[in-house]
Amino acid sequence: MTPKEKMAIPPQAMPEQPPAIRARNMKEVALGYTPEQARLEASRCLQCPTRPCVQGCPVSIDIPGFLGLAAQGDFPGALKIIRKSSLLPAVCGRVCPQEKQCQKNCTMGKVLKTVDGAVAIGRVERFCADLARETGDVSGQETACAPATGKRVAVIGSGPASITVAADCARAGHAVTVYEAFHQLGGVLVYGIPEFRLPKAIVRAEIDGLRRMGVRLETNFVVGRTRKLKDLLEKDGFDAVFIGVGAGLPKFMNIPGEDLIGVFSANEYLTRANLMKAYLEGQADTPFWHGKRVAVLGGGNVAMDASRMALRLGAEKVYLIYRRSLAEMPARREEVHHAQEEGVEFLVLQNAKRILGDKDGKVCGLECLRYELGEPDASGRRSPVAIPGSEFTLDVDTVVVAVGNGSNPLVPSTTPGLEVNAKGNIVVDPDTNATSLPGVFAGGDIVLGAATVILAMGEGRRAAAAINDYLQKK
Amino acid sequence: MHKILRKQRLSENVYRMDVEAPLIARERRAGQFIILMVDQELGERIPLTIADADAEKGSITLIFQSVGASTMRLASLEEGQEIPALLGPLGRPTEIRGENGEKPGRVVCVGGGIGVAPLHPIAQALKAAGNQVTIIMGARNKDLFVMEEEMRQIAGDRLILITDDGSSGRKGLVTEPLKELCQAGEVDEVIVIGPPVMMKFCALTTLPFQVKTVASLNTIMIDGTGMCGGCRVTVGGKTRFVCVDGPEFDAHQVEWDQMIRRASSFRPQEAEGRAHVCQAGIFTK
Repeated sequence: MTPKEKMAIPPQAMPEQPPAIRARNMKEVALGYTPEQARLEASRCLQCPTRPCVQGCPVSIDIPGFLGLAAQGDFPGALKIIRKSSLLPAVCGRVCPQEKQCQKNCTMGKVLKTVDGAVAIGRVERFCADLARETGDVSGQETACAPATGKRVAVIGSGPASITVAADCARAGHAVTVYEAFHQLGGVLVYGIPEFRLPKAIVRAEIDGLRRMGVRLETNFVVGRTRKLKDLLEKDGFDAVFIGVGAGLPKFMNIPGEDLIGVFSANEYLTRANLMKAYLEGQADTPFWHGKRVAVLGGGNVAMDASRMALRLGAEKVYLIYRRSLAEMPARREEVHHAQEEGVEFLVLQNAKRILGDKDGKVCGLECLRYELGEPDASGRRSPVAIPGSEFTLDVDTVVVAVGNGSNPLVPSTTPGLEVNAKGNIVVDPDTNATSLPGVFAGGDIVLGAATVILAMGEGRRAAAAINDYLQKK
Repeated sequence: MHKILRKQRLSENVYRMDVEAPLIARERRAGQFIILMVDQELGERIPLTIADADAEKGSITLIFQSVGASTMRLASLEEGQEIPALLGPLGRPTEIRGENGEKPGRVVCVGGGIGVAPLHPIAQALKAAGNQVTIIMGARNKDLFVMEEEMRQIAGDRLILITDDGSSGRKGLVTEPLKELCQAGEVDEVIVIGPPVMMKFCALTTLPFQVKTVASLNTIMIDGTGMCGGCRVTVGGKTRFVCVDGPEFDAHQVEWDQMIRRASSFRPQEAEGRAHVCQAGIFTK
């Protein structure tokens, strides 16, 4: 196929549930490509020699390589290439911000002068992974491990960074034990990201991969409390430890009324809905707050998830309130678009000033202020400036605060000598993810603050390489 | 899995269970709690305090009231059955006077209802650290006292029983003897665990005497490890989290009315859940 022919193939749209229907069910929004669509989309890749897409990928997947095979219809072969670099293709194909990474650099997108014209790399990745899972083909999953080294690695947490470390260290022949505080494995993939964006069956399939590699998985075990980190190294015979405990305590707005009944952090709201299964109406024991009129504060992916979850759990009206404009919104464009389609009302350049309560202490309104954009701030984004006297009140009964997380203090506070920065994030060597303690490595949100699944995986990959290196020399 | 080694019904809806949990029994300190689940698929995460532990036997003692759907399910488990998920020990251990740099002194422990259960290991530790320990136990009536014998072993004749109806000990409120002890100038520190309203009034009682008063809070909580933020309380004007900053806080600094209000957030849903379990006939056997 000539470049001209490739350019003539239209970008393949992702089949989706219609907005009005999906906004009221928990099933996945995007339905996935057909084999023909996947093949056509992959055929759009120009196979350019500079491979800018690979540089945009935090784990450097051989993107032209896998697209080349997919274009020929060899999807298992394509998946094999992806799996060399990424452990979680079905997850990353869904939740990676491709438009800011691989697809941002895509030559096809540049030629068509829009990132929307880039090859939909993530969608093809997802198709390959889904096909293998649905047909029970695990051949692409490299679960073969090197001969046992007799060395032991403890991995704290079971989110994307930890899953990557566990797999990479197990492959190197080390005996790996994963310790998860929750009763289910997967970290943010199960408590945070909703079913409609990432079906939990996919996460379970990935975790099963670890099991097949012989990784020991311990739930209901909180390192720092059930066992101190130092005891793992000094008494329990572990040779190295990876800390991947994820994001910590939610941040609040520090405005009046945040203590009212009906105000939740997005972490709590989503954990109740996802992990504790409040979406299975009448079946789960954990109570859920079924707000009719919900305001979500924030503009990130978590805010999108919370607002869309509110719709699915019966809200009649959902506002998303963000103090900058749509252009500055940190959420993925696709998520913003989906939320808008489903009927979430975006109130941009507005911000909550105080939450109003009734006589019983329940939320009954939200007073907001209008903003305008001023000079760029330290983050490079134009900073929002409140317009005096622009107050107005929204009629809401629920407020979900989604303005980010601090760090989790549990491991640092129980591990003397573990260096953290002023924000409480663990300080690591950027090349090896080694912490201030010998044999102890860290990665993911506990190091980065709030980041993405793929960045956490990238950190895990680097940390695992360093752990394997450290254990070889030890 | 955590086998139930012993189960006792202490009163109409209060149960005591000794549960196999060797790691927790070894690591736990006074003041800490656990989270358990009766059903890991659809169940609730229930925070419960640790009333006692035996590191050698590898067991911990839980005392709980079956008040909601989840605790009713827990109460329906029998000896020999297993609790599938038990996480802990959670929260910061109590700072025990005599171990924390302060000299041992005269400490009054006030427990209301089943709040006496978590108070037990604290009183034990205080006694072991050389403090003079006075225990005030309050309940609606004599049948609702828990761990009376254990507490008597610690406090001897410094155990003061109070009931609402006078069916045992003195008739009245726990704040009355607390106030008298403060007035007599015989108190260096107070630790109080019980219903929030009781803790609030204990704090108000000791405030004029400027006696250090610590309360252990039991709030809404999901993960218990510093993620969900459900357990937030305002203490001294700052947002604090019970699961990682607590559960114990300076009782004079806690914004009690806010804490009491937030604790009732899910009351309608809880009532519904209770009705659901009753209809399901979990107690019919």
